[in-house]
Amino acid sequence: MMKQWTHIPEPEEQLPDAATERGLLMWLSSVDHKQLGIMYLLASLLFFLLGGLLVLFMRTQLAIAENDFLSPEVYNQFFTMHGTTMIFFVLTPAFLGMGVYLVPLMIGANEMAFPRLNAFSFWMALFGGLLLYFSFLTEGAPDAGWFNYAPLNESNYSTEGIHYYCMGLLLGGIGTVGTAINLIVTILHMRVPGMGYRQMPLFVWMMLVTAFLILAAFPSLNAALAMLLLDRLLHAHFFVTANGGSALLWQHLFWLFGHPEVYILILPAFGIFSEVFQVFSRKPIFGYGFVVASGIAIALLAFGVWVHHMFTTGLGNTVNAFFAASSLLIGVPTGVKIFNWLGTMYKGSIRLSVSMLFAVAFLIEFTIGGLSGISFAIVPIDWQLTDSYYVVAHLHFVFVGGSLFGVFSGLFYWFPKMSGRMLSERLGRWFFWLFVIGFNLTFLIQHVLGMMGMPRRVYTYPQLPYFTLFNFLSTAGAFIMALAVLTLLYNIWRSLRKGEPAGADPWDAYTLEWHAAAPPLLKNFERLPPVRSARPLFDLKHPEQADWKKQEG
Amino acid sequence: MKSRLMMKLFIGSEAFFFLSLIVAYLYFWRSAHFTQEALHYLNVKLSGVYTALLLLSSGSLVLAENRQRKRAWRSAHFWLAITIVLGCIFIAGQAHEYLTLISEDLTLGSSEFGSGFFTLTGFHGLHVVAGLVLLAILLGLLLKGHLKKEDALRTAGMYWHFVDAVWLCVFTLIYVLPHYLSL
Repeated sequence: MMKQWTHIPEPEEQLPDAATERGLLMWLSSVDHKQLGIMYLLASLLFFLLGGLLVLFMRTQLAIAENDFLSPEVYNQFFTMHGTTMIFFVLTPAFLGMGVYLVPLMIGANEMAFPRLNAFSFWMALFGGLLLYFSFLTEGAPDAGWFNYAPLNESNYSTEGIHYYCMGLLLGGIGTVGTAINLIVTILHMRVPGMGYRQMPLFVWMMLVTAFLILAAFPSLNAALAMLLLDRLLHAHFFVTANGGSALLWQHLFWLFGHPEVYILILPAFGIFSEVFQVFSRKPIFGYGFVVASGIAIALLAFGVWVHHMFTTGLGNTVNAFFAASSLLIGVPTGVKIFNWLGTMYKGSIRLSVSMLFAVAFLIEFTIGGLSGISFAIVPIDWQLTDSYYVVAHLHFVFVGGSLFGVFSGLFYWFPKMSGRMLSERLGRWFFWLFVIGFNLTFLIQHVLGMMGMPRRVYTYPQLPYFTLFNFLSTAGAFIMALAVLTLLYNIWRSLRKGEPAGADPWDAYTLEWHAAAPPLLKNFERLPPVRSARPLFDLKHPEQADWKKQEG
Repeated sequence: MKSRLMMKLFIGSEAFFFLSLIVAYLYFWRSAHFTQEALHYLNVKLSGVYTALLLLSSGSLVLAENRQRKRAWRSAHFWLAITIVLGCIFIAGQAHEYLTLISEDLTLGSSEFGSGFFTLTGFHGLHVVAGLVLLAILLGLLLKGHLKKEDALRTAGMYWHFVDAVWLCVFTLIYVLPHYLSL
């Protein structure tokens, strides 16, 4: 029985018309998932540059001992804004943007389920980020760290900026929840006929799991932020210990959100790598079911590990032992995925494009970050190393070596689809090597600094043996990364002006988005080939060795 | 179908939000004078009447949905209007209660009980107001004859029933339990 091509119908209702050329106004009023996806990515890039600039100031301050380039007050504001920006307004919108852009294309839909909600969510998130930065115009930006611990976050210990932190994150959180709902409904209801759950691209699977995580995790942050605002503006007692409030309650609520949040920021990257490894190894994924199941396992375990951020708060050995065990356990599904990707590469014909380079580098860097994470799950090691540069090194190895490498890999992979032009692979290699070298120079050595006892979040350090040398190397690495980012910006600018036209399917890829034009038209698809496996385009190009034939045979 | 799934997901997310607030409320129950203050300030009988009215509004909304499905427009209008009136009475009752408590010097800043009480009931009240706005818009559309699809009213109804269910939990926790339980 031959399955037929599927015609993709027009949406039932006519949406506000974004097809007419009206320049900027077209973008402002757009409800098209591709334009919104690109705007998400541009917003992410804007905040990435701001957050990166802040950290260059901080590393300059730390380059030598007893430096007075930045005052302690300004340093506090900068590290708070750096962390908050990178987590909430760089990585989150980058992944949501890719999700909003790619999910409909990958499942053969012409739009998201709720295009207006999509636009609403994006603008909420963008204005949330801008509001956060308005705090610099007041007496001072937030200065209590990105996790904003009580009682440091209360009025008598912090700047007015904390109000902006609360409002900015609330707006961003509302937008994020909106997009998560939209993605779930889109994935569950709008897949092309024939695409069952076993035929869904892994990026779509990981976005689905991420979206559920967002729905369950963000509300506890929103509740905590609301309570903090009530504390600060209406003198409620929630987190003010002097009035009978509880500083620990903030930590519980924050990390009940915060630990799932780090999986919200890594699962989409896992999805991106699962696509990239397949296409550039010329093989289907090794263990499709294991990738999906371990993703779901991570999502479930994510809600049972938050206290490992609180081992030093004195909750007792029983509680610590439980959360140490659950935290060690969550290493298992993550390890499973590493083997899925290694197995995918094994005996494949690997093409080391920039996208694939980032994927391979991710395997190494993320494993280092994972191992330092495992070491933190062991309570005595945590007691020794908590709040030191070892933590800073660990979290950057997973956020940069994991999440951000995922964004870069995805950018090089999908940029030709989004713009219709190729990025320069030669410049891309420069970017890759500069960034990876700078990254390792900055953060590998911070493990050592942490073990030598350098505390994080302190604006300077005394003249101790090796402290200046190691910190100077770390700063040099940060500037090398900044140089790398400049080559990326130049690469994008050059490609948009005179890049080589990409064509619909430059990587000889497997999933449906490569069947659309590059860039896709307002209506993504007129018709689609039958979907009978997780690699419909491979089946289309190689009908004699199609995946579904092997599965049935 | 799509809109009802969206509402289910939204309600799920909201449930986690209220769960966080409820956990925070429970967290402070052990603090000094918490139970005594709850018993002293709150009028469980009066609030029980308002609670009953809010629960009745869920019933009247079910009737409105039912009438709409059967294309009995006039009676659908009637029951939807009744729902909105009942919701407004509930909010008026809450406003009256707040004013009384504030005149007795119970505020967000007066004690842990005050913080927990006003935050939990206040966020619930805001959700009722949002629901009233939603229902008022639907009634307007219904009166103009623009609302032919059943989905909209059913979807809004899911939200309204959820807000009612949350109130049942909040009412039991804040008004009823202190009479039987002291932590």
